[in-house]
Amino acid sequence: MKHLIIIAALALSAHSLADSIIVQSTTSTKNSGLYDYLLPILTKATGVQVHVVAVGTGQAIKNAMRCDGDVLLVHAKSAEEKFVAAGFGEYRRDLMYNDFVIVGPQADPARVADASDAIDALRRITQAGAKFASRGDDSGTHKKERALWREAAINPDSGSGQWYLETGSGMGATLNTGVSLSAYVLTDRASWITFANKQDAVIVFEGDPTLFNQYGVIPVSADKCPNVNREATQAFTQWLLSASGQAAIGAYQVDGKQLFFPNAH
Amino acid sequence: MPSALLPIRISDLHLIKGGRAVLGGVNLVIEEPGITVIMGPNGAGKSLLLRCLHGLIEPDQGQITLGHRRIADCRKQQAMVFQQPVLLRRTVLQNLSFAAPEIAKTNPQHLMHALEAVNLADRADQPARMLSGGEQQRLSLARALLSQPALLLLDEATASMDPASVLLIESLVRAQSAQGTKVILVSHDQGQARRLANEIVFVCNGQVVEQSPANQFFTASQNPAAKAYLAGEILI
Amino acid sequence: MDVLAEAFRLIITLDEDLFEILWLSIRVSLIALVISVTLSLPLGTYLAITQFPGRKFCILLLNALMGMPPVVVGLMVYMLLSRSGPLGFLGLLYTPSAMIIAQVVLITPIITALAIQVIENLHQEYRDTFCSMGVTGRRAVAAYLVDARYALTTCILAGFGRAIAEVGAVIIVGGNIDHLTRVMTTAIALETSKGNLTLALSLGTVLLALSLLVNALVIGVREYAGKRQYA
Repeated sequence: MKHLIIIAALALSAHSLADSIIVQSTTSTKNSGLYDYLLPILTKATGVQVHVVAVGTGQAIKNAMRCDGDVLLVHAKSAEEKFVAAGFGEYRRDLMYNDFVIVGPQADPARVADASDAIDALRRITQAGAKFASRGDDSGTHKKERALWREAAINPDSGSGQWYLETGSGMGATLNTGVSLSAYVLTDRASWITFANKQDAVIVFEGDPTLFNQYGVIPVSADKCPNVNREATQAFTQWLLSASGQAAIGAYQVDGKQLFFPNAH
Repeated sequence: MPSALLPIRISDLHLIKGGRAVLGGVNLVIEEPGITVIMGPNGAGKSLLLRCLHGLIEPDQGQITLGHRRIADCRKQQAMVFQQPVLLRRTVLQNLSFAAPEIAKTNPQHLMHALEAVNLADRADQPARMLSGGEQQRLSLARALLSQPALLLLDEATASMDPASVLLIESLVRAQSAQGTKVILVSHDQGQARRLANEIVFVCNGQVVEQSPANQFFTASQNPAAKAYLAGEILI
Repeated sequence: MDVLAEAFRLIITLDEDLFEILWLSIRVSLIALVISVTLSLPLGTYLAITQFPGRKFCILLLNALMGMPPVVVGLMVYMLLSRSGPLGFLGLLYTPSAMIIAQVVLITPIITALAIQVIENLHQEYRDTFCSMGVTGRRAVAAYLVDARYALTTCILAGFGRAIAEVGAVIIVGGNIDHLTRVMTTAIALETSKGNLTLALSLGTVLLALSLLVNALVIGVREYAGKRQYA
């Protein structure tokens, strides 16, 4: 039985392409439509076919550690550096950035809009007894949010299931949940701008420098993972970091707003 | 030419079902080449005896030989018609070709003749299970006869059937017997037994209590159970 | 109304992306179905008509597998096909083949268990007659498969319905890669996560239409079989 499946699978796998790579990616870059815009340009310039698997940053890193990808494109710098230090990545480069924002109901019952900084914003949410929807999935956004709670010296887990709602899902699903429950949500700006089910929710807080959101790109180590398509991976990474790649990223707009700011230097 | 499966010897046959001996030491020798009718009250074990003969049921004890051979060695020379005809979910003709694939290949015309013999030639391409009860049983008989069996077993094959079908089946059975096939049939119908039987085997409470030529059985049976049965009394 | 209009628009404008996704959905599920059916019908028939020690356990196992959540199936197939898994060398992860494998694992127990039911019933009816006619072994299996054809068609279509509507397993092993492994259900999941609820629901409507078609087929087959006493 197993043999039959393998044979059938082999027969069907004829399309595994020589010049294609798999990118283990965070969801925001995909859901915001960046890849739909960027990849055709990249393929034209480099001839590399790119397949994007969009999952949370945490899962993307784990998948890459199992060698199930050629490139990692995520946004959790310290986790990324650990990944490279453990030998799974060739190197890590800053690719682009945007920022996180806090969205919430327009009425803003916790007066988050008046907060002095992001920490203050979180304190106001807890003090007002308002709801907060968290990714709860070890993604880059989730890691950022947990760091902010730590800085604010608040342990949201004590309110888990009551006011602190961990969806354990992607950004979009969490936004859907948050919007429906009139909860506050920490999200990257790109995901929010392209999110189509905003209802009466708006950005209530933004602009604190700690909400800076850096995206990095890491080619998976061919020593650890011999299946890595080294040439195509290099071509992909180098084009993204090149002047033309960076310019293309900067030129991407949704509703007249730039979503990602290239900073590969 | 007498059937190759004679004599049929059943010795000390025991069958236990649900903790009860439904056949309790049946001893029977059938040498008569014609038609043997097994009669007896409900639950006497007639059908079970027939099934044992056909090898559908493995007895708990005892032996059966047909023409000095074991059942397993002569199953192909037997055929059986059941009380409830079981037909495949195919056409009438396909039911026959499934039963006799070689004939269907080499001599398909023969299958049509077989259908003509049971008056079903014009129904050949209809779904078999759309036939009436009598027609279905006629088809079962035609199917059973395709293999030219040396032993034909019928288990209440004409119970609750239309008279035309009963008569047709009886005449076919008689004709088959005349060609040398040994026929054993289980019947409740005294009229049918009188019409067909050369020999009667009377079964009561899981045992053979009388075996005699038909005319003797119907006119001068000495067995009290058989006499009561013939008189129409209910035997428990 | 928006939803229906959008669904209608997608269909009548022959939206290229939609048809690519729809076609991949159908292709993947059909191939999975063909593989599943070749495995499960003979297996189901064998289990239905044969007595052997461990048979009960096999049926129990099948029934348990039948209730397994697709996500678990997806995870198992992922671990198997992952580059660091035992079959990683095949390079099948994130390809349609991986989705086919996951669907085969998902629907084979279902079709087998349903087939066992169908064939067991038929076996009750045919056993003595087949025994009398000396029909055994492969001939019996073939005869059961032919005679149960209409009931089995229903089982098979049920398997297809399950395969094409499934998302949990295929999104893990397929990765929902655009133009490669994106199928109807994963596209719906993606559009939902983008907040494009109308588009997501429109895609759902198209899937619903497909499901209606399949179920209409099931009913048609049953009617036809019933009329000819073949059911």
